[in-house]
Amino acid sequence: MAKHETPLVDQLESGPWPSFVDEIKRESEARHKNPNNVELQIPEDVCDDLLGVLELSFKDGTTHWKHGGIVGVFGYGGGVIGRYCDQPEMFPGVAHFHTLRVNQPSGKYYTSDYLRKLCDLWEFRGSGLTNMHGATGDIVFLGTRTEQLEEIFYELTHNLNQDLGGSGSNLRTPATCLGESRCEWACYDTQELCYQLTMEFQDELHRPAFPYKFKFKFDGCPNGCVASIARSDMAFIGTWRDEIRIDQEAVAGYVGGELKPNGGAHADGDWGPFDIQKEVIDLCPTKCMWMEDGKLKINDKECTRCMHCINVMPRALRIGNDRGLSILCGAKAPILDGAQMASLLVPFMKVEEPYDNVKEVIEGVWDWWMEEGKNRERLGELMKRQGFQKLLEATGIEPDPRHVQEPRHNPYIFWKEDEVPGGWDRDIQEFRKHHQR
Amino acid sequence: MAFISSGYNPDKPMEDRITDIGPRHFTDFLPPVIKNNMGKWLWHEILEPGLLVHKAESGDEVYTVRAGTPRLMSVETIREICEIADKYCDGYVRFTTRNNVEFLLDSQDKATELKKYLNGVKHPGGSYKFPVGGTGAGLTNIVHTQGWIHCHTPATDASGTVKVVMDELFEEFQQMRLPAQLRISMACCLNMCGAVHCSDIAILGYHRKPPMIDDEFIDDLCELPLAVAACPTGAIRPKKKTVKSEKDGSEKEVKSVEIKRERCMFCGNCYTMCPSLPLADQEGDGLVIMAGGKISNRISEPKFSKVVVAFVPNEPPRWPTLAKTMRQIVEAYAKDAKKYERVGDWADRIGWERFFEKCDLEFTHHLIDDFRDPAYYTWRQTTNFKF
Repeated sequence: MAKHETPLVDQLESGPWPSFVDEIKRESEARHKNPNNVELQIPEDVCDDLLGVLELSFKDGTTHWKHGGIVGVFGYGGGVIGRYCDQPEMFPGVAHFHTLRVNQPSGKYYTSDYLRKLCDLWEFRGSGLTNMHGATGDIVFLGTRTEQLEEIFYELTHNLNQDLGGSGSNLRTPATCLGESRCEWACYDTQELCYQLTMEFQDELHRPAFPYKFKFKFDGCPNGCVASIARSDMAFIGTWRDEIRIDQEAVAGYVGGELKPNGGAHADGDWGPFDIQKEVIDLCPTKCMWMEDGKLKINDKECTRCMHCINVMPRALRIGNDRGLSILCGAKAPILDGAQMASLLVPFMKVEEPYDNVKEVIEGVWDWWMEEGKNRERLGELMKRQGFQKLLEATGIEPDPRHVQEPRHNPYIFWKEDEVPGGWDRDIQEFRKHHQR
Repeated sequence: MAFISSGYNPDKPMEDRITDIGPRHFTDFLPPVIKNNMGKWLWHEILEPGLLVHKAESGDEVYTVRAGTPRLMSVETIREICEIADKYCDGYVRFTTRNNVEFLLDSQDKATELKKYLNGVKHPGGSYKFPVGGTGAGLTNIVHTQGWIHCHTPATDASGTVKVVMDELFEEFQQMRLPAQLRISMACCLNMCGAVHCSDIAILGYHRKPPMIDDEFIDDLCELPLAVAACPTGAIRPKKKTVKSEKDGSEKEVKSVEIKRERCMFCGNCYTMCPSLPLADQEGDGLVIMAGGKISNRISEPKFSKVVVAFVPNEPPRWPTLAKTMRQIVEAYAKDAKKYERVGDWADRIGWERFFEKCDLEFTHHLIDDFRDPAYYTWRQTTNFKF
């Protein structure tokens, strides 16, 4: 017999898509049965009460979670999101329901041994409910009580060699695509760079000292599987500056229909036979490709590396050999002043340990933002407020036409005094000698 | 349940403390075939929905079976995933950015067998536990936020709306018949923990009533200047008010704020700064649907999603209006877009007047931007339009 009647929530057990309601119920059942006699450290009925709260929200159309309280682990200002229920008498099992963010490994690979240890810890000291994964990328432990926070942190660090992620006005847990581990399009080792920068900036990650949140994301190529260009204050996107490698035999294979276009991605549509002219050459945004004597030709100098031709013919076309990354800055969601896409700051940079060139750009950006950024002002908003030129000055990067989609529409240039011969100090009396009032 | 210490000593928090150790290094968790072929992959192919092969320069092949998850997962289910990983994949498993789980195998036969197995496992309520799919020109899993499960600012539920939309569009997850990949994202308020602003279709929780003011308590709970400064439209001003005490009915003067309601754009930023300004409301809250965004640089530049439906009411548990509207957009796109065209590319080609016609969506004044400078750039400044 369920602790709370939840007829509305129960309806979401139906339908084909994996039901989160079943997940909560599954954990509820496991906690009640508790076959291994785990000494559950938070209420056994935490999952039942969570279902009860959710049913109440389904009934009255509003949330029942209070503003977060300031809870955390000693010495860290992030990694824990305090959460309290606004109906603790009705749902005592979730009166405290704090979240921990656990810093995920680059590329989200796991061994079952490690995952089981996480599960054992979270069953023992928390609700047993997780997010795999949170929106920023962390493993999310969903719901525990205040007195368990230090215990969980102690066990994570001592037994699992594992730290928390970021929250609040700090460096948020960096996230990466799976990169070179299983992708032929990765232009640099995104996983290693993500890891190394996470380690380099542990202090910034755990101890909020920034005006607001700051996100790094690492995409191995312009396809952008972790959405760095839209979601991170600094996006590190792989690219190359030499020629696309062509296997003409494989091109012929695609043209002849022996190879499946787009890696087989369109298999269930009725799209007719593959047409390289229509599907690749005509769709090239820079029109830098053509067929000549049955061979595919690319004017690589004009290519902007959008990935389309490579995506369509992965066996025939490969990314270049002179690889590196571009850095784009200032993406954010709409709150407050509207959504922003990241803007190109560094067109190309090689990626080699110890990544001093990358770190130098980061330090320049942070020095500027920490000096000039207002409370709760993201980097992108500061860029808008003070201008892209200030970002260039802060990072010592020379202006380049690649920095703009097009030049400015107005002549309202903020000339600097030292750019104008003779400076700005002038003598009005001298002027009046030649110009009557 | 007796309290069991981990070894942590609250009287001496720094004793044996380990901090700043970061995440585990990813090479602790890579299957041998991945470790051996890092950076040496040649090509990949989607053999069938949810089943990929990657070929390395060494000649090695790795087969991947991808399955959806509800993101909110019990440790019981994670343990079940571990059992599957042990049985089929020598104990290795990974998750994708979009909340899918991936099993990596060394042969196509094993992968096909695993796919069959995964498609056969169901929850007691009848839903699939690990439906295989989410590849190629189809719908993959919806990335989303916490909603009523765990958040203090949502205007809707996240897990619930996602479940409803994935139920409605389920077959698109398990096939690849669309013109291009379809990325749907969900955020339960404008804070957009899920940053849904560049998705093919985005579902966004939104408030429509200005905040209430908890006059008696606001000065105790909030920094009033921060609450005032939080408002992007300058609608909040400090104001002294006389209130009747909740406890004893006595009148007293308090420092509070007043709100110019007609200036409120319902972003909820004031509530983020000050818990005494709640916005949530059963009738006021609901969903915005946005479309035409993308992140990839492929063919065309990354784009923001545009608001195409100003408001869909909250209709738990199954949000029928949301499900129906999502279906309408996806069907129109599937029918009309050309191969490789993302939703936004399609809309750009046919024109937004056609988009509304083909999707059978009403165009209302709410959809014309009037928020600051960028608004101007979205108005039509040409005589090129369609009848």
